[in-house]
Amino acid sequence: MPEFMNDTALLWPLAIPLATAAICAAAWAYPRAQQGASLAGLVLTLAASLLLLDSVMSQGIVTKQFGGWAPPFGISFVADRFSAAMVVISSVLALAAGIFAIADVRRRQVKAGFYPLFQGLMVGVNGAFLTGDIFNLYVWFEVMLIATLGLITLDRTRAQLDGAIKYAVLNLFSTILFLMAIGLLYGVTGTLNMADLARVLPQTEGSVALTVSAMLFLLAFGIKAGFFPLFFWLPASYHTATIIVSAVFAGLLTKVGVYACFRVFTLLFEVNDGGIRPIVAFFAAGTMLFGVFGAAIQWDIRRILSFHIISQIGYIMLGLAIATPLAMAGAVFYIIHHIVVKANLFFVAGAIHRATGTYDLRKAGGLMKSSPLLAVLFLIPALSLAGIPPLSGFWAKFMVIDASFRGDMAWIGALALFVGLLTVFSMSKIWIEAFWKTSPRKVARVRAVPVAMLVPIAALGLITLAIGFNPEPLVAFANVAAATMTDPAEFIAAVFAERQIAGATP
Amino acid sequence: MQIIFATMSRLFFVLMIGVSLFMLFRGHNEPGGGFIGGLIAALGFALLAMARGVETARRALVVHPVALMGSGLLLAFVSGLPGLLSDRSFLTHWWTEIGSTHLGTATTFDIGVYCVVVGGVLCLVFRLYEGIEQ
Repeated sequence: MPEFMNDTALLWPLAIPLATAAICAAAWAYPRAQQGASLAGLVLTLAASLLLLDSVMSQGIVTKQFGGWAPPFGISFVADRFSAAMVVISSVLALAAGIFAIADVRRRQVKAGFYPLFQGLMVGVNGAFLTGDIFNLYVWFEVMLIATLGLITLDRTRAQLDGAIKYAVLNLFSTILFLMAIGLLYGVTGTLNMADLARVLPQTEGSVALTVSAMLFLLAFGIKAGFFPLFFWLPASYHTATIIVSAVFAGLLTKVGVYACFRVFTLLFEVNDGGIRPIVAFFAAGTMLFGVFGAAIQWDIRRILSFHIISQIGYIMLGLAIATPLAMAGAVFYIIHHIVVKANLFFVAGAIHRATGTYDLRKAGGLMKSSPLLAVLFLIPALSLAGIPPLSGFWAKFMVIDASFRGDMAWIGALALFVGLLTVFSMSKIWIEAFWKTSPRKVARVRAVPVAMLVPIAALGLITLAIGFNPEPLVAFANVAAATMTDPAEFIAAVFAERQIAGATP
Repeated sequence: MQIIFATMSRLFFVLMIGVSLFMLFRGHNEPGGGFIGGLIAALGFALLAMARGVETARRALVVHPVALMGSGLLLAFVSGLPGLLSDRSFLTHWWTEIGSTHLGTATTFDIGVYCVVVGGVLCLVFRLYEGIEQ
């Protein structure tokens, strides 16, 4: 049995959410059964992803061919340290959201298909992290897009439909660009398997088609990730969704775009040649700066946080722009830290809404007195996001900025420091308005925050603290992950070395 | 609704379900399969809904379209599991031959796809027709 689990470790983080989504949909008429199945599925997914991380840590890159077709003809699934870590952290977040949902999801939303869609989203996210085939990545993007549209419009309100349309238009545009990029790449190389591409591309003569393809990939993933000139869909749509959905989107969706960017620009294309590096650096700088400026003028907590997602994406892209192993490690650390912190801030926003009845900071207030615990729980992710030592955000920022000074990109490091200052401004704005000042409304109707909301907030806060006070293991992990990521040889060897057992096909 | 259409719709409904099942099972080596079969079956139900009201069509389907979609997905998922036993990889299908017909777990997968397509399309169609009826 242990051997069996070890051999199939790569399968379960994908298969369990898929089965759970199917069960939740089949139990359409029974909301309670859906809730139970969903929670069980989330716990099992987390266990499976930890198992996967364990086998990746002990035996290096793990690969699997679905259906037993040999690479490069079949579809490969590959997990290296980076993707395994992403799967683990997204499963943690999904479980936190599942617990939060106990207190927050209304009957109407369950009727609108919250549980199957949520599990469907997790299938898409985990699939995107684990696939080793560029076209298959496109398919997972589509799976995510469909689930996302359903989740945004859960309440069927006008604002949500409006947000969903903006989201759909730009994301469909992005997937079309992605598809065109794949088409060009396939035209030049004749293969779609990432490992095979990594093997073939260095021997291929550079051509216009390849350059265009690389640019299209950058643009497509840039829209997904919320890069500077293309981020407008994000703050226009995220805040319309119900808060659990916003939290999961904030934690995961943009990061899938970033992950895809890292995969493609380490494995297939080099950041250093073809003039991609200055473009990525420009994007990163713009993303950091305009995200934080956008946040400064907002009063809705969810919109402030949405703009901060963009700003933080800039820091992660900074890692790719510098492209030294140190910078890559910083980016890996940053993504993991940021998924936890950002989703947690959205959960806190949900709790603030529950307590004060509003997301508008001008109308909220008095939470310091009425729920001091929530105040403490807000401070942890907020200060971490701003990069105050000794929280996880400090180490993340330190690694990235340190790498930028060493990698001859001091200007962008200075910019990152400035943006950090503005982030402190935004976070203190939420703190002053929602927690410190007395409630502006005459009758202070402060409701208690349910335990099911506080538990995930506290758990994610603890993860932030744990990373903050003991960053050494994660830094070491990020360094190794970055080293494997920047060395395609290991990836190629892992995919093609897999022993093929003849299937029972006729 | 015209009486000729209403009467013929019953006949066509049965015919279309029959054809869809035929399409489903010839699908492995010849044109057809779960997706096409599912579309034809959904068309049959849509015809019934158009001729005799959505309520009748919903009753003819017995289960809720979303539940059908879920069961189909589950069936397709389960059909991939035997592969785990033979070569530790998902979706490697098993085969036997009875006489001249191939039988395999891939057929189960196709039936799953059939259910998903019927459920998915009808989910949409029923809601649209209900909007028109109101």
